Formats: sequence, C-alpha cells, structure tokens
Amino acid sequence: MTAAAGADAGPVTSVRVVLPAHLKNLARVHGEVVVPVTCDVLTQRAVLDAVEERFPVLLGTMRDRRTGRRRAFIRFYACEQDLSNEPPDAPLPEAVAKAVAAGTEPFLVVGAMAGG
Amino acid sequence: MTQVRVLAGTRKGAFVLTSDGKRDKWSVSGPHFGGWEVYHMKGSPADPNRLYASQNTGWFGQLMQRSDDGGVTWQPVGNDFSYVGDPGTHMWYDGTPRPWEFKRIWHVEPSHTDPDTVYAGAEDAALFKSTDGGVTWSELTGLRLQPSAPEWGPGAGGLCVHTVILQGSRMFVAISAAGTFRSDDEGQTWRPVNRGLHSEGIPDEDAEVGHCVHHVEAHPTRPDTLFMQKHWDVMRSDDGGLSWTEVSGNLPTDFGFPIGVHAHEPETVYVVPITSDSLHYPPDGQLRVWRSRSGGNEWEPLTRGLPQQDCYVNVYRDAMAVDTLDDCGIYFGTTGGQVYASADSGDSWTPIVRDLPAVLSVEVQVLP
Repeated sequence: MTAAAGADAGPVTSVRVVLPAHLKNLARVHGEVVVPVTCDVLTQRAVLDAVEERFPVLLGTMRDRRTGRRRAFIRFYACEQDLSNEPPDAPLPEAVAKAVAAGTEPFLVVGAMAGG
Repeated sequence: MTQVRVLAGTRKGAFVLTSDGKRDKWSVSGPHFGGWEVYHMKGSPADPNRLYASQNTGWFGQLMQRSDDGGVTWQPVGNDFSYVGDPGTHMWYDGTPRPWEFKRIWHVEPSHTDPDTVYAGAEDAALFKSTDGGVTWSELTGLRLQPSAPEWGPGAGGLCVHTVILQGSRMFVAISAAGTFRSDDEGQTWRPVNRGLHSEGIPDEDAEVGHCVHHVEAHPTRPDTLFMQKHWDVMRSDDGGLSWTEVSGNLPTDFGFPIGVHAHEPETVYVVPITSDSLHYPPDGQLRVWRSRSGGNEWEPLTRGLPQQDCYVNVYRDAMAVDTLDDCGIYFGTTGGQVYASADSGDSWTPIVRDLPAVLSVEVQVLP
C-alpha cells in the first residue's frame, strides 16, 4: 500500500495493468498503465473498477455492463497465475497481492487465444 | 464539387471510399477500428459528416463510434445497451425459452432530421434510440414487449433487428427470424406485418410471425411500397406491409440477402440471387445482380464487369446501397472483400476496391 486516501476510502495502491492491444487503442495508451486502486484488500473487482474509472471507454469491454461478469474471451493473470475464474470479490492470493501492490508484477488483462 | 462517399463495414474494420461525381477513381481510407467487426456504419441525412459505426468483437463486446468529420476521426460514444426491466424470454433453437441477452448492434439508422438522433437494431432483437449523438441509449421497449416476442426465434445469424426504416411517425423493422413489424407511433407500439409471407420450414407456413426476413427497402417517394428479400422469396407490399405478394418471377433462385431500390425509379429493384440456404454463393459461380424495372416478377441479369466464372462469394443483407446522383449509382460488397459499383443503374460494374476483409455492410452518401 503506497498512500492513504482518507478514512472512508481506504488506502490507495498503485497497480500496474497490462491491457490487450485493442483495449490500449481504445484507451489511447501505449505500454502498461498504472491505476490507483482504493481498497483495504486487493481484489479482481477493485483493480477492474479502477481501470474502468480511469478509462471509461473500457466499460463493458472486459466485463458485462449489466451483470459485471467477465466476458467469455477475457482472462485475468498475475504472477503466472490464472485468476479468471476466481470470485471477483475474493482477495487476490497473498503472494499475488503482495507482488502487485509492490509493483513488481503487473495485473494482466488478456484477450483469450481463439480464432482469427 | 460533388463527392461520393462509400462506407464499408467489414469483418476486420471500417473503410471509407471517396470519389468525385464521376465515380471512376476512388481513394480508400482505413481500416478504422482494425481487427473489429463493423456490422454497419451510416451517415446522418441531416449532417452528412456525422457518421455512426457499430463496432464489435466476441472478445470485447459492443462499441459505438461516432465521427463528426466524415470519417476522418472517430470517437467512441455510448455502449450501454441495457434492456429495460426483466427482459423476459424468446424461443431458442431447441424450442426452449431463453432470456434476452444483448450481443451486438446490427444496424444503425440516423434520423432524417436530427444528427443527434439515431436508432440501433440489436441482437437479441430490440430497438434502441439515442438523442444525444450516441452517448446514451434507451430501449424502445414496445418492440421487445410485442405480444408475439416470446415466440420469436433466432435465424442462423442470431435473433437480430437488421432493418430499420424511418417514415416520420411510422417505422418498420425486420427481424430474423421473426418477420417485419410496423409502428405508427414513433416506435412506442408495434404489430407484425407479415400477411402473405409463406415460409417452408416453419410449423405454420403462413404464421403471423416466424419468417426469416433478410432485408426490406422502401423508396422515399412511395412509403407504402416495400420490397423484401426473404430467406427464400422476393416480396412486395403496396399497403405499408399489411399484405405481401411474391414477385420472384423469373429469378434463377429467390434466395438471397440484400435488396435495393433505384433512387429515381421506384419500380426498379435489385437483388443478388444466391444458390440456396445451404449454398451461400451465386449459382454456377457467376456473380449477377438481377434488376427488375417493373417492381418485380420480370428480372434481367446484370453481368457486365462482374465475375462470370469461379466466383463463390456472398453478399450480405446490409451490403447494398444506392446513391442519389442523376445517373443512379448502385454499390454492393462481397464476402470476398470486393466492393462493386455501377454508375449507370447497374448496366456495368467495376470493383472500386478488391481485397478488403469480408464486407458486412455498404452505405453511400452524396456530398454537395
């Protein structure tokens, strides 16, 4: 955790996020991005909420807008672990959370390998 | 100087082709949104530089793009296409009820009078409207709540609203595989208008709904006359869709997808016959547009400039358009990536671009 954002909002963690090429184009960014994640415990949902807050154009491209469910051909990886099917509100595994929070490993949003 | 702009949506991006009024030399820009499917793009009649494009992939879902400078630059606008309330169910392929689920926008139809007002036809079948240039979208629920909707089932391409015709307060939509629907109150309420359609392969061949309509067109000066390419059969209505008669006449096959109406001759109609529902390519490997100058029944093949051997492309439902120049131009795109144009009402054709990804849609604008 890198900073405190206030008593109610919880601490802010800077998380490196790698987006797939099409989403980089939409967000008009190059390379990985760093987003401020406000939470007590790092979760998949907290990271994705932060990405969407920073880049509203990505709303609906990673998760269904209505249900919040991961889109079928999107995967989430970190520290060589596939987090895609983990509950979105579950704390990231301790080692993953530690590395992502420290900035030594990015959170990867991946377009699944499928077709042309 | 008059300029003609062709908007081609393809399997892997959007392309904008421009020419002067002679329509013999074309420049191509694109791909815009490379790698994404662009089911449809269309310009506003009220402001030709306002364009809308439906951008989608199975990976990242639906986006709507808007250009305010004729396709030079684009900005993503709203992509929240939420059904109102409990969306209910329609019929699935196996006859079981299946909840409505948004998949993509097949067709965008800008208002004739307001550049910021635009309609979007969705899969699963629904109609959305924006009045702020595509930033926010609201469902016109009367269509999805039409009493027959729980009986609607998808065609092979999905349960999609692929045709939207605006005639003031009167509107038409066509849905695969439900049929044609008409509203007389700006889309608030709808009724099926399919009397006269006959479809083998459905339990009641003359049912009120369940017909796989592929595309419908109307000439602006004859709003009561509609032309339809159905799964099989070319049809016409002269009473605003209340009844339909078959006008397939001497076509070699009456299966196909697009249908077009000449800009200045309301009884001149164009289709591209396709071999069958299981063979989606032209008969005998010969790509031919067929033209009727009598509103159907009597058709002539148009072949000059089109490949007459070894051609096995398809032409999708939204991939034909006509321009409004005095010598009416006709345009169509193929799954082989060609966009063909005729500057003489179909007498002769030339490819204005040859090697695009599979073409999903073609629209054309004439700019002063």
